[in-house]
Parts: sequence; structure tokens; C-alpha cells
Amino acid sequence: MSMNAITISGVRLEEKPWVDTLHEWLTTVDHKRLGILYIIYALLLLIVAGIEALIIRIQLMHSHNNFVSPQVFNRMFTMHGTTMIFFVIMPVLFGFANYLVPLMIGARDMAFPRLNAFSFWLTALGGLLLYFSFLGGNGLYGAGNAPDVGWWAYAPLTARAFSTGHSSDYWTLALLVSGFGSIGTAINIIATVVCLRCPGMKLTRMPLMAWLNLVMSGMVLIAITPLSAAQIMLLVDRYLGGHFFDTQAGGSAVLWMHFFWIFGHPEVYILIIPAFAFMSEIVPVFSRKPIFGYPVMVAATIAIAFVSMSVWAHHMFTVGMNSYANSFFTITSMVIAVPTGIKIFNWLGTMWGGRIQFKTPMLFSIGFLFQFLIGGLTGVMQATAPFDWQLSLSYFVVAHFHYVIVGGIVFAVFAAFYYWYPKMTGRMLSEKLGKWHFWLFLIGFHLTFDVMHIPGLLGMPRRIYTYEPVRGWDTLNLIITIGAFIQGIAILVFVANLVVSYFNGAQAGNDPWDAWTLEWSVSSPPPAYNFAFIPVVASRRPLWDQKHPEDPDSRYE
Amino acid sequence: MSAITIPLPDSASSWILPYRGKVAMAGLIIAESAIFTIFVVAYLFYLGKSLTGPTPRDVLELPIFYTICLLSSSLTIHLAAKSLERNRGGLFLGLWLLTSALGGSFLYGTAREWLRLIYGHGLTISTNLFGTTYYSLVGLHAFHVTVGLIMLLLVAIFALAGRLSVKHSRRVEVLSMYWHFVDAVWVVVFTVVYVLGR
Repeated sequence: MSMNAITISGVRLEEKPWVDTLHEWLTTVDHKRLGILYIIYALLLLIVAGIEALIIRIQLMHSHNNFVSPQVFNRMFTMHGTTMIFFVIMPVLFGFANYLVPLMIGARDMAFPRLNAFSFWLTALGGLLLYFSFLGGNGLYGAGNAPDVGWWAYAPLTARAFSTGHSSDYWTLALLVSGFGSIGTAINIIATVVCLRCPGMKLTRMPLMAWLNLVMSGMVLIAITPLSAAQIMLLVDRYLGGHFFDTQAGGSAVLWMHFFWIFGHPEVYILIIPAFAFMSEIVPVFSRKPIFGYPVMVAATIAIAFVSMSVWAHHMFTVGMNSYANSFFTITSMVIAVPTGIKIFNWLGTMWGGRIQFKTPMLFSIGFLFQFLIGGLTGVMQATAPFDWQLSLSYFVVAHFHYVIVGGIVFAVFAAFYYWYPKMTGRMLSEKLGKWHFWLFLIGFHLTFDVMHIPGLLGMPRRIYTYEPVRGWDTLNLIITIGAFIQGIAILVFVANLVVSYFNGAQAGNDPWDAWTLEWSVSSPPPAYNFAFIPVVASRRPLWDQKHPEDPDSRYE
Repeated sequence: MSAITIPLPDSASSWILPYRGKVAMAGLIIAESAIFTIFVVAYLFYLGKSLTGPTPRDVLELPIFYTICLLSSSLTIHLAAKSLERNRGGLFLGLWLLTSALGGSFLYGTAREWLRLIYGHGLTISTNLFGTTYYSLVGLHAFHVTVGLIMLLLVAIFALAGRLSVKHSRRVEVLSMYWHFVDAVWVVVFTVVYVLGR
């Protein structure tokens, strides 16, 4: 900021007391500050949920281990899953969307700044409620503190009889509250993209980041709300004596599964589409080529959004459905691989013939491409109902979805950190530490999740507390645990990089990557009002037009 | 920091985008529709699966009068919004209060029905599956009517205080969208609960 701040000679600004700064951050309605709050909040909970993952891995390191009790083990995998999905990945993606979408479409803020702040604090409160269960979950019963019902909380585990105390209530309320926050943010992103684009920023010229977040927000409206509805039903069951999921009174446990997965599977695409958005911004810049197949990219995203609404019951093949349902969900789950494949080819097409710069954001992007492809392929394997009957609820499934979420989404998020950190702070992240982070994380990731497929194929069930030595799973599990710790070290390198570079990183300037979208046209970090003059754009790459007036993109549109 | 200086093909003054309030309300309506869909699905799925009585056929009566009240309030709020747009404050206030009264009478009807079901027939939310799904679905709708009614009354207070003018008509239009949605949901709930469900 300092290099762009206006200085008046003879006037010295007084240092603000830290209380004032804190007050400003807590009451802010600025989309950039809220974006950063989302991201910091997600990083804090990433550390917490990461520690939970390590506890799980230590417990499974060798057979007959009793590092933690079975009860604590159940709490750890429940909290790990719930936290990572709802309070790490969702907030970090919303944070980037919040920060970047208005800047990219030439707007001064989101459409509803106060709703934006409200949504963030709802999400923050949700996470607080979830972790408060460690203190308050006992209730008056002295039974179990944190939620231990698994992140999908199948009935009847959540019934009063099987989940005494308040742990399940904290879980329910946390998801309900953060769900309302997500809906608020989604409405805000939609209204921002539809109503606040700067002159000339037609839908066909919008950066793909804005497009994909628009689609993601539409999905949030349709897919998060069934979860909210199901949580309301669960509250009715637990507090008002309702019978929605009470099999004793004719209720159905399978209905909960349907409601949960009607949310649960589109949720996966809600998480991956913003990751696609990062890829679609980062890959072109580091390949020095415009994105390949922009309209097809948008169409494929919308196709994914539609098809993803009709694949949920592939999580339920082993529950027992009739053959028509099995066939339907097998086909839809395989069909969704088609638009996803189109996207992968588009990124490859963008890289093809480009002058690829192997900077840290690009390294993570290339990691994403390959790992997401493999994760997608194991997904197609499991879309086949008979194959799924063999491997459902095994470590193969755990390996598959971690391959997509860590190998795909988390790699994309790291790419986004290295790419946009200079814009947010004005300082470059260290390339040296970044490469250490990348290679350590890559090695740790593959040690853990490549190997994890094998115990799954050998029959190791997920969520198992411990296992017999004669099974022959010991060595594999030890390798998985070692990989998990290498990933942990990589995360520490990453955090060190964030902190060290904030104070000592090289000055970034407005546009360190020679990029083409509007956020790079303003100072780093951008002023509170974003744009002194609302920009006017004439092509998909407004900054290219500005840098190359002799050969602007607008000439070819 | 400098703005982009590429001349726009057409002039900037022709750059008009939709009103953010309407877009946001459309988004909220989509989200709410998904919530109601789940509750309607649960209601239909559990039709006839209660292990004990009473059943819908035993106890439900068609709330024709109160349905007419609610549905006609959609017309009155539409006319009210139009009259505010045309700067006819008196007509607006009259129609607006009429809308609120119609909404209020619908809630009164729901309250009467619940009173009859609870004390007359002993049907509560915990009696059986019918009770659970019925009170949840109808209650969720009644909750939305209540929220709408509170907002209607807030606008009425502003209007009575003389603080409402033509320049607020876009915002009133947004509230009107919400009220239409609440009415449309009732058409679905009425069909599912009182027509198909009996």
C-alpha cells in the first residue's frame, strides 16, 4: 500500500492503536478484508483438522495400536471430515471468490457488503459451535463430547437413544448455521456477477473465475439447502419428538441418506468448480496463452452443475436399490466424466505450444491436472455399481476422494495462494520455500494416497479403529502414516512461507505475473474502493489490451 | 492504478444491468424452493406410513376460505406495488394494509386449524409420522408467511409515517416477489397436503 499511498509533505499519519485496527477488521464490510478473514479462518481450521488427521494416522500406524481410545478415534474422523469440508475448503474458496470476483469484473465491492459480513460471521460461528462441542457436548449426561457419528451422520446414529448429550446437536447446528452463511454468500456472488459488471464486461467476456463462481453459487442455492432442510428435520426429531428418521415409528433411515447425498455429491462439485476456476486463470498466464476453448469451458461447467444433481445415489449402491436405480446412477455418474474430461483437455490445449513458466503456482497447477485425472478415473471405476459393491466403505473410497480433494482441490488452492498472495499483501511468496513446499507435499501426498488404494483393495474398511496383524496391512499403513507426516511438514513450510514473505518478501508491484485480468490493474493490495475510475473493457483480456494497444484482443472479438 | 482506456464500441450510458435486489430475491426464492421441495418429498414419502392414527383423512379439512385470503393477497400486493410506482400513496397504503390483513387472516386460519388438531384430535408433531411431516411442512410455510407479514407491517409503518415514496418502489417490488413466492408455495402445500394427501 505504501508505494501507492498519497503522501502530503509536512503531514505525518499517526500510528493507529491496535484496538482500532482490530475493531476495523471485526466490523469490516469490505469484500477484500472479508475475503482475507475467510482465508485466515480456513487456515486456522486446516491446522486443527490436519492434527486430527495425524491422530487418525498415528492410531492406524500399526496393528493393535491404542494411541487413542475407540471413542476418541470416532470423534477424530468425524471432526476431521466435517471441519475439512465445511470449515476449511468452503471458507477458503468463498474467501478467494469474495476477494477476486468484484476485482475481476471491475466492481467496487460485492452487491451486498453487509450481507457479506453477516455470511462470514455465520460461517465463523458455525465452526465455533462445532468445536465448542468439545466443552459443551457432554450436556448433563456425561456422554461423549465431540460429534462421533461420521461426517454424514447416518440415522439412527443421531437418534436421541444412540447419541445422548449434545454432541450431535452441535454438529447439526454448526452445519445449519454455516449453511445459511453459504447461501448468503452464494446469493451475494450471483447478484454481484449479474448486476455489478463494469461497462463492456459482457457475460462472454467475463474471466472464467467469475463465470465458474457464478455456477458454483447457483449450485449452492440448490444443493446446500437440502442439507439445511434435513438438519431442520433432525432437530425436529431430537428436540420435538418427531419421527422423520425414527424407524421405530415407521420413519426411514434411508431417507436421511438420500437427503444427505442430494446435498453431498453436488457439494463435491461446489468444491471442485472454484478449483477449476483457479486453474482457468493460472494455467493461461503461466503458459503465456489465452485460455483454450472459453465457451466450451463455460458450457462444460454448466453441464457438470446439471448432471451433478442427479448422481447422488452412487453413494448408496450397497444400501440396496433396484436395478433401474443402480443403472441410472451408474450412467449419470459416468456421464459427468465427459464435461470434466473436456475441461482437462482445455487446460492441456492451453499449455500446448505455450511458453510454460514453471513457477510455483504452475507447478501446483500441473500437479492438479494429473492427480485430478487419476482421482476422476478411480471415480469412474466406483461409478460401476458391481465394482462399488466390492469396494464401498473400504479404504479404496477414502483414497479416491482424498485424491480428488487433496490432489485436486488442495493443490489448486495452493496454486491460488502462490498466484494471488502478491495481490493481497503486496509481497511475493518465496519461490525457494514454495518449491520445497511443492515437492514435499507432492511426495507426501503420493506416499499417502497412492498407497492407500492397496489396503482398500485388500479389504480394509474405512473408519476402522484397529486391525489384526495377520491381515498384512501393517507396512502399507506405516507408509501411509509417514506420507501424512511429510504432508504435515510441507504445510509447516507453507505457513512459514506465508509469514516470512509477509515481512520480507520481494515487493510485488501491481502485476508481477504479467497477467491479463483486471485485479492486476490496481495496486497490491488494492485500495479500499478498488478502482479510482470504473474501468471499461472491450475484450476477455482487458489488461492485455492496455499493454498492447497496437494489437488488442478486442480486434478479434 | 490507471483505468483501462480502450474505447467502448457502444456508449457506456447504454450499459444497464438488472437491479441487484431482484436478482438476490430470485436467488433466495430458488434456495427456499429447494428447502420446501425436500419437505414436500418427505411428506409424500411418508404418506400412509404412520403406524398409528390419526390419519389425514380423519382430521384434515379443506381450508378453502383462508386459501382464498392468501391467494387474493398476491393480487392486492401486486396492485399496491403498481400504485406506488405510479405515485398514488393513498391507494398504495389501502391496498398494502388489505394485503397485510389477508396475510394475517391466513395465519389466524392456520392457528385455528392447529388448535383443532391438537386439542380436538390429539395430533401433535410427535404423535405419528403424519403429525411430524404435517406440522413441519405447514409450519415451515406458516413461518415464511409470518416473516413476510412482519416485513409487510414494517413497510406499512414507514408508509404511515410518510417515509415511503416512488423511489422506494423497486424495494417494495422485491418484497412483493417474496410474497408471491409464499403464495405459490401454498398452492403446492395445499395440493399435496389437502388434495393428494387425503
